[in-house]
Amino acid sequence: MTTTLPIDQMIDTTNGMISREIFVSPDYHREELEKLFTRAWLFVGHESQIPNPGDFFVSRMGQESVILCRDMQGKVHVFLNSCRHRGMKVCRYEQGNTSLFVCPYHSWSYTTDGKLQGVPLYRVLYEGQLDRAEWSLIETPRLHVYKSTVWASWDPDAPDFMTYLGDAVDHLDQVLDCRDGRPGGSEVIGVHKWILPSNWKFAAENFLGDTYHNPSHRSVDMIGIGPSARAGQSGRRDNEYNKGQHVWVSFPQGHGVHSVWMPEGFDYQPSYAQYPEVDEYFRHCFHERKTRLGDKARIMPFTGNLFPNVSYHGRQPRGLCVWHPHSPTETEAWRFFLVDADAPAMVKDVLRRFYMRYSGPAGMTEQDDMENWLYATAASSGPIARRYPFNYQQSLGAFKRNDPLPGDVSTQITEQNARNYYDVYARYLKGDGWDSLLGRGDAVRVAAE
Amino acid sequence: MSAVVERPRGLAWFQLKQEVEDFLYMEADLLDQRCFREWLDLLADDIVYFMPIRRNVKFGQHAEKENTRQGEGISWFDEDKWTLGKRVEQILTGVHYAEEPLSRVTHMVSNVRLLDVTPSAEDPAEVTVGCRFLVYQNRVEYENYTFIGRRTDTLRRHGDSWLIARREMILEQNVLLAKNLSILF
Ligand code: FES
Ligand SMILES: [Fe+2]
Repeated sequence: MTTTLPIDQMIDTTNGMISREIFVSPDYHREELEKLFTRAWLFVGHESQIPNPGDFFVSRMGQESVILCRDMQGKVHVFLNSCRHRGMKVCRYEQGNTSLFVCPYHSWSYTTDGKLQGVPLYRVLYEGQLDRAEWSLIETPRLHVYKSTVWASWDPDAPDFMTYLGDAVDHLDQVLDCRDGRPGGSEVIGVHKWILPSNWKFAAENFLGDTYHNPSHRSVDMIGIGPSARAGQSGRRDNEYNKGQHVWVSFPQGHGVHSVWMPEGFDYQPSYAQYPEVDEYFRHCFHERKTRLGDKARIMPFTGNLFPNVSYHGRQPRGLCVWHPHSPTETEAWRFFLVDADAPAMVKDVLRRFYMRYSGPAGMTEQDDMENWLYATAASSGPIARRYPFNYQQSLGAFKRNDPLPGDVSTQITEQNARNYYDVYARYLKGDGWDSLLGRGDAVRVAAE
Repeated sequence: MSAVVERPRGLAWFQLKQEVEDFLYMEADLLDQRCFREWLDLLADDIVYFMPIRRNVKFGQHAEKENTRQGEGISWFDEDKWTLGKRVEQILTGVHYAEEPLSRVTHMVSNVRLLDVTPSAEDPAEVTVGCRFLVYQNRVEYENYTFIGRRTDTLRRHGDSWLIARREMILEQNVLLAKNLSILF
């Protein structure tokens, strides 16, 4: 498979330049859908959304509508939400419980494990022709449930999810594990869905480790909207990571994170002022977590992006975002907000209120992100603008390999995560094999290991 | 859904309705004139400001499942006066880029109905008012958003005016067709 588009001419990470074309051109948009979203592991949903047999949640993978469903035997599936007969969307409810998906068009019906069951007038019209077993709902060949999060890939040859995730797992765990360090245990308390008039990669890159955009959030930092803001504290979060070393880490599979590597013997920083119960709860969780995780407890998360389009916020706030491309200049954003399922009601209430004022289209912080992504996309669309690449030279070359954590680690604000991301992105668009997509073809990286 | 039974309409009832309408139009005007602080003064200290997220559900499940609920989970807005005060403060920093430069906004309010009056139209302490809203936002050069929906407000008598004690906004959208909800409703 070769591309007709010269992707290597668009992406020059050695010199830190990336063409605007990949952010605005319909050709690249089509290439992404065909070569990237059909292969990468994508986040589909969370088991807490489908606890019982017959439960379903309609999600998206790239441009496509999919049904995340738990069948009557309790097994989790992801199906393309399109009837095998003429393509009608078989499910247009967002969430619910059913024993059958009945297509509204000609009433073919499918069981929760995707099998075609009902075909009206089968005997008269189809007997001897239509083999029902061959016409099940189209199912993702690959599915993996990791700590309640459900991931799927359309590529039967994709590596297993844990290989795909690689060492980024230690950072994702900080999002998915209980605050006291028990593995997993999160639940989704709500989902935002909205439309951004911008290229989806602006959003992904933002979470990948664009800490440099901090000044765009000056308004919330001035007025204070964090969990302790009612007690008069400025800023948009508690200062949990006071003495830690900020690290920006990129991984050969294209993932990038911004975390904090806490010093040995680090202690709890009082948080949630004005909510003594909540502060006490998090203090307790903090100590439990340290005991449970040992040295790994030193990793504290800010944000990250798992290649290609799954972003997270690790603690304040806490959730997963998925950026679904509609067109080169339009994105459908979904955010899944997370809490520990067994957290006290008071804790959940304080968190959800903070999440709502921080995140998404009504969130005071992220509104300013969306404004920037829109106008960056719009102002890059013209033929003159497209002649001039974006600059990605920040902290070029300034990182260490596997020190103090696995991955390419920068201890200063960097665009290394983005450079790495677009290197991997280019390999997908060139149709490379999985060895290359996992970074195993990277001669420099291999030599260093 | 059962229709709301209208109370018998005496003169006091019509006078009250007119007074309430005038209040809602004045309030809308404060927002459109960007008098955000003055607008905040119209909110009761214990205001509940709530806009659910709407979901596509099966027939028969609407009452139970269509809208997210106040007091639990995630909605577009489920907040109090402190948070609304923060939203105003943020706009007034002049560096809240989602509202800098300021959007042009018009709030239309129509279909005003008194849904409940306590204790009486002659001596009202609290009034529940239903209306429709159409909020038009135009931003920078080409950005246009239209937010249309139903609103239920609870107004509390405050001297010879009112305070808004509860505002529930039912926006007629599922996926939000706007990049931001950076304006006040
Ligand atoms: S399209 Fe579904 S039954 Fe015809
Ligand atoms: Fe941001």
